[in-house]
Amino acid sequence: MIAWLRTPVGMWSTIVLGALLCLPAILPELMPENQARFWLANIFGRAIIYGIIAMSLTFLATYGGFVSLAQMSLAGVAGYVVAVTVNGAVPSIVGGLSYLTAIPLGVFAAVAAALFVGLVSVRTRDIYLLMITLALAMGFFRFVETNIAWFNGYEGIRNVLGPTVFGLPFRDPHVLYYVSLATAISLYAGVLYLVRSPFGLVLQGIRDNPRRIAALGYNVAHHRIAAFGVAGFIAGCGGVLATIYNIGISPGSVGLSATVNVLIMSVIGGLGHPIGAFIGSLIFAFFDTFAASIYDRNRFNTLIGVVFLIIVLVSPDGVIGFAKRARAFAKEKAAPKDWSRQGSKPG
Amino acid sequence: MSIRLSRRYALKGAGALAVTAAAGASLKSPAIAQNAPIRIGSVATLEGPFATGGQDGYRAMEMLFQAENMTIGGRRIEWIRESSNAQADVALARARKLIEQDNVDIIIGPLSGAEGIAMKDYSATLTGKTIVNGSSGAADTTLRNPSRNFFRFNTDGTQWMAGLGNYVRRTLNVSEVTVVAGDYAFPYAQVFGFSLEFCRAGGRANYLWSPLGTTDFASQIAQIPRSSGALVVVHGGTDGLAFMTQYAQAGGNLPIIGGSIMADQTMLSARGPHRRLMVGMVAAGPMADVIDDPNWTDFVARYRRMPGAFPSPSIHAVNFATNTMAVIRALKEVNGDLSGNQANFQRVLAAQKFKAPTGADVSLDHNRQAISDIFLTRIEERNNQPMTVAFQRATQINQTLGTPEAAFLALGAPSRTNTGCIAAS
Repeated sequence: MIAWLRTPVGMWSTIVLGALLCLPAILPELMPENQARFWLANIFGRAIIYGIIAMSLTFLATYGGFVSLAQMSLAGVAGYVVAVTVNGAVPSIVGGLSYLTAIPLGVFAAVAAALFVGLVSVRTRDIYLLMITLALAMGFFRFVETNIAWFNGYEGIRNVLGPTVFGLPFRDPHVLYYVSLATAISLYAGVLYLVRSPFGLVLQGIRDNPRRIAALGYNVAHHRIAAFGVAGFIAGCGGVLATIYNIGISPGSVGLSATVNVLIMSVIGGLGHPIGAFIGSLIFAFFDTFAASIYDRNRFNTLIGVVFLIIVLVSPDGVIGFAKRARAFAKEKAAPKDWSRQGSKPG
Repeated sequence: MSIRLSRRYALKGAGALAVTAAAGASLKSPAIAQNAPIRIGSVATLEGPFATGGQDGYRAMEMLFQAENMTIGGRRIEWIRESSNAQADVALARARKLIEQDNVDIIIGPLSGAEGIAMKDYSATLTGKTIVNGSSGAADTTLRNPSRNFFRFNTDGTQWMAGLGNYVRRTLNVSEVTVVAGDYAFPYAQVFGFSLEFCRAGGRANYLWSPLGTTDFASQIAQIPRSSGALVVVHGGTDGLAFMTQYAQAGGNLPIIGGSIMADQTMLSARGPHRRLMVGMVAAGPMADVIDDPNWTDFVARYRRMPGAFPSPSIHAVNFATNTMAVIRALKEVNGDLSGNQANFQRVLAAQKFKAPTGADVSLDHNRQAISDIFLTRIEERNNQPMTVAFQRATQINQTLGTPEAAFLALGAPSRTNTGCIAAS
């Protein structure tokens, strides 16, 4: 453990974790009280929540090699199940459940839906997988948009205020932030653990060469479907948090722009490691909120687009790739006479 | 070596923190002065399919603020504009930013229905802040579970159809109509408003629904029963145009009754066979291109002087203007004083009675929803330009179209199976 802390990764993880835990205390020192609350809930809290959903995509892409566009819909399935079943939502469709039951039910539904997505798309790869998951996502979007009886159509279900945590309302920025952070850290640690487990190793084997894995006696299809289930669990947790954060859910939450936003977060953060999802999500939340203040209000989407383009142009593997490049560059500068390194790959 | 490395990493970390700190500090707002400005935020759609509507809403707001010289009660108006894309989550994120980061006192917005409901819910969690609607027209923004911090001075989609059902049944003497409508929330509300009156007056209605974005209406046109005396078309934009074109090509000749957003500029400026049927089309709504009222004439003249203005203000310009007028009037009445968690301001705002740009009298009900006039309009050619002309006014229409609120709520929310067509007992 101590040895791990001394490694650069360990050092950084500890610093970042410490900073995240102390953030609610640091922010009020930097800005007025009300803005500190805004930053805590609506920049960092939001980034963590959508980062969880983006991480479900990053997990599939990094370790399985599947880019799925259905992740926002799976989050939506969890969100809708909570909104439909929980007490106090407006309109009350089924109602009657406490958050303690509704939340696990929502996550369970997301896992079930994810297994279904995995099953439907089990024989597709690359662009075909992208298209089939996009089709499923749009199908879900149109379904909730037109179904009045169960999902209240276009207007969606509102007033999902969230549970009280240790006697504090979920709407308190500190509660929202810490619950989201705790969820994100557990899921993140879970992903890092899972990819070192036999299941994770098989998954990475499938990514690199499915035929060879099949020849070794593993059932590729089952592993793929199970990977979608895991991603569905992650997306479901994010979806429940996002629904409570947005005080409800409407078809716009699972529409095309929401679906693409999750992909954008993952790509600008970098698909090489689960942490990229959170970095991408933070950058996204920042620019989505402040672009209109920085640049012309009628054209602020241009600024957002340009920033994302620059990130992807400078570093095709996102911000985490950029960090790797910078480190390699610094190393090369520090040891310019080390000719023996010339032939080796950077990073 | 490892110690040197860790120090470097620690330094890098500290550097990153310092940059964050500097960025944060630069975002700090200046200390509030004695005569601080009134901060008004606004949310409208400047992106997506409703972008021109959002821009037109802001044009009208700018016109009204400029007329006050951007000052009320000795306090400068600081106007912070935000843009949404007609989606609830985005509007909510913008509203949060305005209230919590920019510290605005009042928000005017949003433009579309689901956004309005999301912002109403958000407003209920606030103290000492006021949200006044922009142009959104979903009934439930104020009808069910209303928020004490949310005010709407424009009428909703169901109210907009007031007077039309009676006109078709009694004046045109049509006993059976076929309603063709889009299969989503806004047409549901409009059909509900029409059917409520029409069926109560003894009319019968058939309904044909089609999803938003339908391009081929041929099978639907074939289903229109021969017994229909008129066609009620509740589509908007390109759907309406596609239906009307195909109906005209199929040789349709029934009189056309339109929903409130049928007679918009997309429809009026497009060329094609539908124009034969469009001239003479009767519709109902909160405004028309031509209204014989001095308030309207004056408003249109002022509006046209704004850069980029259309020949006639859009429905969004009128709605944003009506809501902004209410805010300006109330701010003047309290002399810019928003103290006491805005309690006094909100009381004064709720009690506003004034003439909207269209000349309609506006006041609020107990849910802070507008009671106002609705216009019956007809499309006429004037100077070779088709335009909507108001020929009749249904006065003081409330949100439940005159039905007692409990009875209206008991009817349930409008949908394709709940059309509001309940025959008079």
